Amino acid sequence: MSSLPAAPASDAVLSVRDLKVWYGTTRGAVRAVDGVSFDLKRGETLGLVGESGCGKSTLGRGVLGLLPDAAKRAGSVMFEGQDLITMPRRQLRALRGPKLGLIFQEPMTRLNPLMRVSEHFYETLHAHESDLTKQQMRRRAIDTLGEMGIPPTRFDNYPHEFSGGMRQRIMIALALVLNPAFVVADEPTTALDVLVEAQILRILADVKRSFDTAILLITHNLGIIAEACERVAVMYAGRIAEQGDARAVFARPAHPYTRELLASTISLSTTSLHYIPGAPPDLVDPPSGCRFHPRCPDAMQVCPTRHPPTVTTDLNQRVDCWLHGPDDEIPAGGTQPLQQEAIGVADEA
Amino acid sequence: MTSEFMAPTATTADAPTVRRGRFAGIRRALAPVKEARGLPKWVLYVGLAIVLIFVIFAIFAPWISPYHFDQYLDSHGHRFPKSVVGGHPSAKHWFGTNALSTDVFSHIVYGSRTALEVIAIAVVISMLIGVPLGLFSGYYGGPLDRTLVLINDAMFAFPSLLLAILVAFLLRGKFSFLGDSFSGIMSAAISITVIYIPQYFRVIRNTVISVREEPYVEAARVLGAKPRTVIARYVFGNVVQNVPVIATLNAADALLTLAGLGFLGYGVQPTEGAEWGYDLQRALGEASGGVWWTSVYPGLAIVLLVTGLTLVGESLNDLLNPVLRRRQLLPVKITGPELEMANADAAMEERS
Amino acid sequence: MARSSGSLSRYLVTRLLLVIPMVVILLTIVFLLMRVAPGDPVQASLGGRLPQSVIEQKRHELGFDKPLIVQYGNYLGGVLHGDFGHATSQNRSVMDIVTHEGAATLELSVAAMFFALILGLTIGVLIGRFRDSPLDVVGRLFGIITYAAPVFWVGILFQLLFVAKLGILPSSGQADVLQNIDLQNHAHTHIYVVDAIINGNWGDLRNVLVHLILPGLTLGLLVCGVFIRLVRVNVIQTLKHDYIEAARARGISETRVVLKHAFRNALVPVVTVIGLQAALLLSGAVLTETTFNWPGIGQALILYLNQRDYAAVQGIVTVFALIVVGVSLVIDIVTALIDPRVRYS
Repeated sequence: MSSLPAAPASDAVLSVRDLKVWYGTTRGAVRAVDGVSFDLKRGETLGLVGESGCGKSTLGRGVLGLLPDAAKRAGSVMFEGQDLITMPRRQLRALRGPKLGLIFQEPMTRLNPLMRVSEHFYETLHAHESDLTKQQMRRRAIDTLGEMGIPPTRFDNYPHEFSGGMRQRIMIALALVLNPAFVVADEPTTALDVLVEAQILRILADVKRSFDTAILLITHNLGIIAEACERVAVMYAGRIAEQGDARAVFARPAHPYTRELLASTISLSTTSLHYIPGAPPDLVDPPSGCRFHPRCPDAMQVCPTRHPPTVTTDLNQRVDCWLHGPDDEIPAGGTQPLQQEAIGVADEA
Repeated sequence: MTSEFMAPTATTADAPTVRRGRFAGIRRALAPVKEARGLPKWVLYVGLAIVLIFVIFAIFAPWISPYHFDQYLDSHGHRFPKSVVGGHPSAKHWFGTNALSTDVFSHIVYGSRTALEVIAIAVVISMLIGVPLGLFSGYYGGPLDRTLVLINDAMFAFPSLLLAILVAFLLRGKFSFLGDSFSGIMSAAISITVIYIPQYFRVIRNTVISVREEPYVEAARVLGAKPRTVIARYVFGNVVQNVPVIATLNAADALLTLAGLGFLGYGVQPTEGAEWGYDLQRALGEASGGVWWTSVYPGLAIVLLVTGLTLVGESLNDLLNPVLRRRQLLPVKITGPELEMANADAAMEERS
Repeated sequence: MARSSGSLSRYLVTRLLLVIPMVVILLTIVFLLMRVAPGDPVQASLGGRLPQSVIEQKRHELGFDKPLIVQYGNYLGGVLHGDFGHATSQNRSVMDIVTHEGAATLELSVAAMFFALILGLTIGVLIGRFRDSPLDVVGRLFGIITYAAPVFWVGILFQLLFVAKLGILPSSGQADVLQNIDLQNHAHTHIYVVDAIINGNWGDLRNVLVHLILPGLTLGLLVCGVFIRLVRVNVIQTLKHDYIEAARARGISETRVVLKHAFRNALVPVVTVIGLQAALLLSGAVLTETTFNWPGIGQALILYLNQRDYAAVQGIVTVFALIVVGVSLVIDIVTALIDPRVRYS
């Protein structure tokens, strides 16, 4: 049903095909990620954007296999010719650090308070390159920290002696000290102030340039996407609604959800606040067909009945929306506008 | 871990809808118990069942017990055998007889009565004193709070059994006006109460302090709610959740203290009632001689009742304390898109 | 560490100052408790055996005829000078009881702590890591039962098994008669294990250690239940911390995540609780000593209580109070050293 080629693109570092991550709960399976496909090239940043609870973070962690026991994955995640999903745990663990990295949202709690910063680096380096001497490890750690603007004099300090911005830079240095080919940055600036945010984004851009790292940048801030990403994927209710070149998507959004999301952004030219009525759906029992149809201003008869297949537009955007066809799959009368049930006030709360 | 990353949980997504009413607070507090599944619920049930057996023993002791606890002659006036000379467990004496020729099983049954009476009195009194003290000390703070905390810390740090022994020693014979059987129970209960007041005080006060700083309580205060309203509506509701847990866990501990007092000779005296700790003291001398039934059975009774109470307390703690509560893990089966497609086609047909 | 030593020493001073009111309150409670005691102290311990005039004289000697406040002052003053009073029923100072019987209790407590920590930490970490597995259920049940079983009952069961049935271990006492005499004659610290080592008498040492196994294990089981529960909960809580996930994301092995990150951080509250265990240990020691006829300070306390020797009881209880406060102080200092975040606010 995906129109992406089944075989991974030849120049891709990472190829995700029909990835599903479901959580088991008492109410049934939560379909946090439900059939997501994308590719990521060397030195490329893909921005992943969406509302809270749409499955962005789960997707990022699902790719790296860092999920709680209650989660189950299906599909394929091809990285350098190996499938991360079927790979044994030990082998996957060995890849984390030297090949795969993760940068977290809140830097304040990510460092062990009882360990010096230096110990974090020694531990990480030792876990993957056990033949390094302490001197070599120290050298590499201090070099990487230096690139992030942390002076060597602070190397033996404890985490609580650093500010939030500094800790995030330490976390980035920790994730990058082994030069991974692919890094997931999960809202790396959300917990930080604007000035620090700019610093962090610059660091990420530098890293990408100097090491050809592929980055999956998860955020809910469209400004960051515009600034830092070549490509963007817009996620809604566990699926990617639209992906493509960031400029193109922002200039000509193909999916109504992208359009509404862009319209909701606040900028200096904003005169009135726009919002999307309704709330993101319950992922235990998502709406039938296209998951956005209950909130979509352009919903058609066909939308609730089946999920739209992925189509590539003439601007090379991949979009899941019946507005873009394929027309031959829409049954007769399917393009008639859909009478939506009134969205109750309670739903919006 | 971001909240987004957490799967929707029983704590948030489907918070049980609870009817409003007089007991809404209690019902809300106990709702997780009703919802619980799997191990924690079974642990709770097993604990309750054990406690129930002893409660039945205690209430119906004269009917269940084959003999009175201090009876050593049968109906023909013949003396029961002593433990060392033929007091083995037998058809007449299921658990054998002890050094004083009384029936061990009858001591177990009547012992439940003593144990539960002492525990109940001790828990109720220490709760009645400790909870209000903790509430007001925690909410109002100030020098009174500081003093109480100091005294409390001092008492808490002190070996509890020693404190109980000292108090029991001082209270000896002080309750003789209550009659023979009840005076021993009362003085044992008071000795134990002294230990547990600080525990209630401590837990309740600390909860109040943390609840007091919660944004919603602060919001209530900013909105001009009176201290009494704030305590009653916001603070008490949160604090009271802890009480069942502390009460059951303290009850378990109280039983051990009672047995310890009895073992050292400062508990309920043999003339006042059957008490397992005292029975074990009598059994100590016979143990190296190989007489096992006089010690094994009373000890088992203590272990069972304490375990029962602990299981109840622990599982309540697991169920009522959201921090410890674990999200239910259920196996997930990922279904293919085919199924969805089939359903969708069916839906389409229905519509057209 | 150098940069934080200033605040650390400030923390220690504050902590030391806080001990003073604690000690005063405890001593006051002890003093008041002993004064509400029924009857006259001298009468109670010697009454019936001596003529009234001698008792009066004794009362005067011991200061019991003075006003309560003066007695209180004398008591506090005495404690300040390390004088905990004299036993009325025997011609012994409480200090003498502490150095002799106290040494036996210390020996028992150290052995118990040794058993408790080994059992508690191993089981606690294992079942915390494999939460809700069958191993966890067995481990938790073990923890609950060690807590639920009265010390003296466990002691009796051990006697039934190892003494009556198997006959491989001694049932009571700190050493056999001959070794006892030997160790009394060549005493240095009154701690038998230490004395036997100082004397280089391995036969004595073996005898003492054999006597130590059952009481030590009995008391250790009592304390280990608390450790198991605590370590388990702490490991579970610590494994939920963000830095654990971060460590996993860096590809740190699971064993190392559990042992280095979770265990060490889970240990901080455990160290704190060891302080509270001192109180439990002393309570348990009283019962264990009675069960195994161990000539320690707990057994001495019960003996003096039975003889209604208030002066001795007051002295011993005072020493207990000081031990508890002292241990909690030491523990606080250790915690501050382990956890760099601890600063007194």
